[in-house]
Amino acid sequence: MNTLIVSPSPHVHGGDSIERNMYGVLVALLPALFCSVFFFGWGALRVTIAAVASTVLFEYIIQRYLWRQPVAIKDGSAIITGVLLAFNLPSTIPLWLVVLGALVAIGVGKMSFGGLGNNIFNPALVGRVFLLISFPVQMTTWPVPNGFETTDAVTGPTPLVLVKQALRTQKPFAELLPGGEHSLLELGTGSGVAGSLGEISAFALLLGFAYLLLRRVITWHVPVSIFLAIALFSGVLHWSNPAYASPLFHLLSGGVMLGAIFMATDYVTSPMSRRGMWIYGVGIGVLTIVIRNFGAYPEGMSFAILIMNACTPLINKYCKPKRFA
Amino acid sequence: MLKTFTLGGIHPPREKLSSGSAITPLPLPERVSIPLSQHIGAPALPLVKKGDRVKVGQLIGEAAGFISANVHSSVSGVVLNVEEAVDASGYARLAVVIRVEGDEWDDRVKQRESPDRYLSAYSREEMLSAIQAAGVVGMGGATFPTRVKLTPPTGSRPEILIVNGAECEPFLTADHRLMVERGRELLIGTRFLMKALGVEQAIIGIENNKPDAIAKMREAVAKHALGIKVCPLKVKYPQGGEKQLIEATTGRHVPSGALPISVGVVVHNVGTVYAAYEAITMHKPLVERVVTVTGKSLARPGNYLCRVGTPVACLIEAAGGLPGDTGKVINGGPMMGKALASTDAVVTKGTSGVLVIPVGEALRKPYRDCIRCTRCVQVCPMGLEPYLLMTLGEYQRTGELERERVMDCIECGACSFACPAYRPLLDVIRLGKSRVGQMIKSRK
Repeated sequence: MNTLIVSPSPHVHGGDSIERNMYGVLVALLPALFCSVFFFGWGALRVTIAAVASTVLFEYIIQRYLWRQPVAIKDGSAIITGVLLAFNLPSTIPLWLVVLGALVAIGVGKMSFGGLGNNIFNPALVGRVFLLISFPVQMTTWPVPNGFETTDAVTGPTPLVLVKQALRTQKPFAELLPGGEHSLLELGTGSGVAGSLGEISAFALLLGFAYLLLRRVITWHVPVSIFLAIALFSGVLHWSNPAYASPLFHLLSGGVMLGAIFMATDYVTSPMSRRGMWIYGVGIGVLTIVIRNFGAYPEGMSFAILIMNACTPLINKYCKPKRFA
Repeated sequence: MLKTFTLGGIHPPREKLSSGSAITPLPLPERVSIPLSQHIGAPALPLVKKGDRVKVGQLIGEAAGFISANVHSSVSGVVLNVEEAVDASGYARLAVVIRVEGDEWDDRVKQRESPDRYLSAYSREEMLSAIQAAGVVGMGGATFPTRVKLTPPTGSRPEILIVNGAECEPFLTADHRLMVERGRELLIGTRFLMKALGVEQAIIGIENNKPDAIAKMREAVAKHALGIKVCPLKVKYPQGGEKQLIEATTGRHVPSGALPISVGVVVHNVGTVYAAYEAITMHKPLVERVVTVTGKSLARPGNYLCRVGTPVACLIEAAGGLPGDTGKVINGGPMMGKALASTDAVVTKGTSGVLVIPVGEALRKPYRDCIRCTRCVQVCPMGLEPYLLMTLGEYQRTGELERERVMDCIECGACSFACPAYRPLLDVIRLGKSRVGQMIKSRK
């Protein structure tokens, strides 16, 4: 008689895996990647490839030679960090900065805490914020998208810079927008707006959001609570004084879509309960609008997410899921 | 809109391979080993010794106290020994080993005419003592003595009897077949239990993947009616969990640490109802039950009427023999069943199924760090945080475990099932529960 395996129940597994979720996120990022290559040309692809190659390589080196542990790069999490880091950079950034950012993202942001599942902050954002603070000039030289045209890239301000300009001059924000309200459509589709790689098309990012929901990789709570908080908060400001930008502008510009859908929803650094997700999402939304309107930087999404990442353990401690009874 | 419970839940593949095969009596084995502890509570005290001749239905173990149950011989023959034997739980426990000779039943066990007349002929007390005498225990797996569950503590008032026909475990079909083939008997049994409890209302909860059982029970209810309702339920695991079923059928929530009676409800499995029916109308002790024998690589998955004490190997033989690729044999279903160390383990009152799992699906994958994806929190039907309970368990922080309500865990396994990092959440939570249990005990 053959020997039987004895183990505690349950004796079946649902078949979900870390890989399924991670590669699901990567698939959801594809539309945005296509858009950024379409609008920014090969520069976008160059930055993305460099970022992914370096994040994966650094993770490999650290696991293999520093930790002397089995290498787990095929779980896909390092690839996501690479893509998200690239999506937060201008397409014209020097490659050595990309590599440096990847080293900080993986080395400091992720592996120093113990690797996937143990980090406190979103690794890609750690990399980006490090670069933004250390190399402000290179990080804020935004090329105006001109696709594959061979002419040298023209640099221009992101529309977010106009937010504080309007507040300084106390002119209605809509008057400062080139093309007026029409340019909101451009923000949605992406053409003609300067910015980071992944911020270029809100619609492509929303497409990815739909895919993530459909495959049940993430739930809607975090992104939707961020959107609602931004819309409500900026709506109140805009209604009280038209010098504040409109809610739609805030939602469609800068890193809100990318951050809310792909960065704030990072499993490891976001809360575990539904109620916690709402607090976290609203916190990110409110902080983003505060920084955009009253802070030193034109964009606040990265800082808002990192600050709320830091609050996540506290949120988890006090926000318990709804008990059965 | 079909009813179901609110929090969490999963949808494992149903795999009800044997739902179409009728209940077949299993040929008598050569010998049986009848454990004296087939129920929750004190083991029964042996009444026979080596060399005694016994008949089917003869009392061989007497209930030792209030929370205990009688044990009867399931065969006729000669007692070979009263010895320690490893049962399905993996522990060695006292069992009566009997060599089977013929099939001679105790004289008092008889099929009697017009069973419904017992409804008026028997008083509440007579029903309760018949159920107690027959050694009926909860047959859904918990094996709590039925008599005890039918005598609610003073001060509590039962209002609704819920008959559990959810059978939410994948693979298992024993309850399903019982409802399809013994609908009338189950209905009479339900009315017996209603009278024994003194309730006017009963709900039979059946998951919607058993339309034939729902139809059959509805048909039976239409004839006998009187306060009994069939409630089809949306398929979701663990619907058959007591608290989940109560919520699904009545909307009532049993509080943490409390029994269903605290919300006026008592739940009995359909198998138990059938055993109570036989106990009252035939004086038949619980000596046989329907067992689903199933598995993807098994030649003939089916439902067998099987004597208590029959080795699992005999059941597997009847279903086509143990496949060569067998990795695990499970007593029960894949979600909550116990893996057997050997097919010599025997069928007891609580064995609802024997599941054979191929070796390819029997091995767990190595687990990795928690990625905090919240799946376990989403699927927990009790609203707990399994990831946290596992961590607290690993660090043996027993006080915090209690505060995080680890004792609410019903061990359904949904968390381990859903975890993408293959973490053994329930394994560690169980250890934590036992530590918290000891701590609570030591306080008293």
